Amino acid sequence: MSSVLKIEKLWVAIDDKQILKGVDLEVRQGEIHALMGPNGSGKSTLAYALMGHPKYEVTEGTISIDGVSLNELEPDARARMGLFLAFQYPVTIPGVKVADFLRHAVSNIRNPERKEGEGLLPMRDFRKELRSRMDELGIEQEFARRYLNDGFSGGEKKRMEILQLAMLRPRFAILDETDSGLDSDAVRFVSEAISRLSGPDMAIIIITHHERLLEINKPQQTHVMLAGRIVEHGDARLAHELHDQGYAGIRARHPDVAAEEEAQAVKNETHAVVKT
Amino acid sequence: MTPAPSTGFDAKAFERFVATRGEPGWVVDLRRRSFDLYRQKLQEPLTPEEWKRVDLRPLQPNRFSPAADISTAAQFETLLENRASFAGVVSHVDGHCSAQKLDDRLAARGVLLGSLTELVREHREILEPHLLTRAVRPDADRFTAWHAAFWTGGTVLYVPRGVAIDEPLYSLIGLAKAGGADLSHTLVILEDGASATLLEETSSAATDTAGLHVGAVELLVGPGANLRYVQLQNWNSHTWHLARQAGVVERDGTLQWTLAGLGSRLSHIHQEVTLAGQGASAEVNGVTFATGRQLLSYYTQQTHKAPNTRSDLLYKDVLRDEARVVWRGMIRVDAEAQKTDGYQRNDSLLLSPDCRVDAIPGLEIEADDVRCTHGATAGRVDAEQIFYCMCRGLSRYEAMHMIVEGFFHGVYDRIAVEAVRETLSRAVERKLGIGR
Ligand SMILES: Nc1ncnc2c1ncn2[C@@H]1O[C@H](COP(=O)(O)OP(=O)(O)OP(=O)(O)O)[C@@H](O)[C@H]1O
Ligand SMILES: [Mg+2]
Repeated sequence: MSSVLKIEKLWVAIDDKQILKGVDLEVRQGEIHALMGPNGSGKSTLAYALMGHPKYEVTEGTISIDGVSLNELEPDARARMGLFLAFQYPVTIPGVKVADFLRHAVSNIRNPERKEGEGLLPMRDFRKELRSRMDELGIEQEFARRYLNDGFSGGEKKRMEILQLAMLRPRFAILDETDSGLDSDAVRFVSEAISRLSGPDMAIIIITHHERLLEINKPQQTHVMLAGRIVEHGDARLAHELHDQGYAGIRARHPDVAAEEEAQAVKNETHAVVKT
Repeated sequence: MTPAPSTGFDAKAFERFVATRGEPGWVVDLRRRSFDLYRQKLQEPLTPEEWKRVDLRPLQPNRFSPAADISTAAQFETLLENRASFAGVVSHVDGHCSAQKLDDRLAARGVLLGSLTELVREHREILEPHLLTRAVRPDADRFTAWHAAFWTGGTVLYVPRGVAIDEPLYSLIGLAKAGGADLSHTLVILEDGASATLLEETSSAATDTAGLHVGAVELLVGPGANLRYVQLQNWNSHTWHLARQAGVVERDGTLQWTLAGLGSRLSHIHQEVTLAGQGASAEVNGVTFATGRQLLSYYTQQTHKAPNTRSDLLYKDVLRDEARVVWRGMIRVDAEAQKTDGYQRNDSLLLSPDCRVDAIPGLEIEADDVRCTHGATAGRVDAEQIFYCMCRGLSRYEAMHMIVEGFFHGVYDRIAVEAVRETLSRAVERKLGIGR
């Protein structure tokens, strides 16, 4: 039976500032969802909150997989349950080689009971697998020996996120603007890789401002965020329409939320002025 | 006033000590001169610049004394010993030489590897010009005087002109007896064009016995010679480690020196490299991991005395719990040392809110055509890095450990000997508590 990731009435605050204001979303294994919305509407916040970032405080609501609440779980426990986030801004870990990092990650995800210091995936099997995933993504083999994201270009970092996705094969993957910063060949590589990876065992939530990823990975559902809420649901056509026409239509259809967005923007600006 | 009882290092103890050793006159003379200096230096204050952050008040020298005989039964858990094959080995326990061996072919070519205690008897002509004269001088401070008066033994390596030793050599400095004092002296002499690698480690037989090390290391790298020296300090957490360690590199010689500080209750190392001849170069690597209530302190000095010399120092410190690390670095460039290239840097990573690091680089430059850079950084483990690792299934500790290992990699990458890189990485893992 396929698993379900359920987000119910989720409110999230950062430093006591309410960012998400009651998000509902249901994603079933095997589905592709597009999550769109203007800058600052809360897409990344939702992604971080799903992974359990300590700064993103869930003030109300629940996140669950097949009825098991994730709210109290540490990020590593969530990852071991099959949740994955490809970061909008991947983090650099100096001195840690891509291959070593991934070997630990893969060992933990495939053996969720594994404790630190216990056996890792056999080196030979791991190397072989890593090599073929890298080839499929058009990533030079030397990257395996480089330090994670250290000195990587923007596009290389994004490809590294997809390499991790390919190695970890989660049940629910959130891709936060994985297509931004990629050149057009890379977008194609990555789109094709995602489409190969997706299937009945993986759900994908694609956060994007572009259409390329969605052309090959056609979403069954599209959700639109505005000021911390999901204000509209649709299918692939909605994503297409937003891409063509922008968010003016959405704001017009949801004047209350748009007003809130406006008020928040003004507040942020005042903050900025006060700070300087 | 009643006369003070005879303690570990007073005049009576000194006479008794000298009487047991049966050493040649030149050695006894050196000891006597040094003992007088020691008495004199005890009356003088320590240099505040070097010592003000190192609290020596809890150290009571009279609680320690050199052992009269050897504990043959002592077992040491060593880090390096089984990691590589060695062309020669010397071990000292409680100041006494407990084992030594050297590849016959090297011995036939005139290489000496053994204990200072024995070699001063048979090889005066080789040792006297170097022992406590050029690199470490008895009159440097009270600890060097103390050491020079009471040295108990130590590893000597002498490599004659043009002899290259490919396989590394190994030296163990062990403490077994409770209250034991080790005043071992490591002396390495490489003649013109010689080359060698010496890996040395310190170790305590038990985890709960108090110990004292007042040591000295002298590395004399002749013209065009090439020395790699590693000292891995891994005492138990009840041991005091006070040492003066100095290398002198002659014309076109190279020294690669790695110091690792893992153990001890308190450690202070005065580490000095002198670039004495044109084209000499030295690379100094420091790996320090302080936990619990340890204080690990370093005073490092890179002295350029000749033109076209190069020195490059990189220390990396990780601190946890309430540990403290002090690093005071100095590059000195004499007026004649034009075209000097000097570099020094200390990076610290703090894992807990209560640990503390003081890292102070410094330059004293008298020449005008030089390139010298220095820097020190201290940072905490970045919460975003931990989160990122955890999102990939690593536990919080595993993430922290990855980041620590990664931090040290910057210095491991500079260490040419693979066995050393591996050993350090394993030792750090063990100290972090991985795989227990
Ligand atoms: N760490 C933070 N501290 C304070 N405010 C934050 C923080 N992270 C996000 N915010 C605020 O939360 C709101 C939502 O940001 P979020 O990054 O989720 O937007 P987004 O929809 O992903 O935007 P974009 O399309 O630009 O990536 C913004 O107003 C942002 O300024
Ligand atoms: Mg975002």
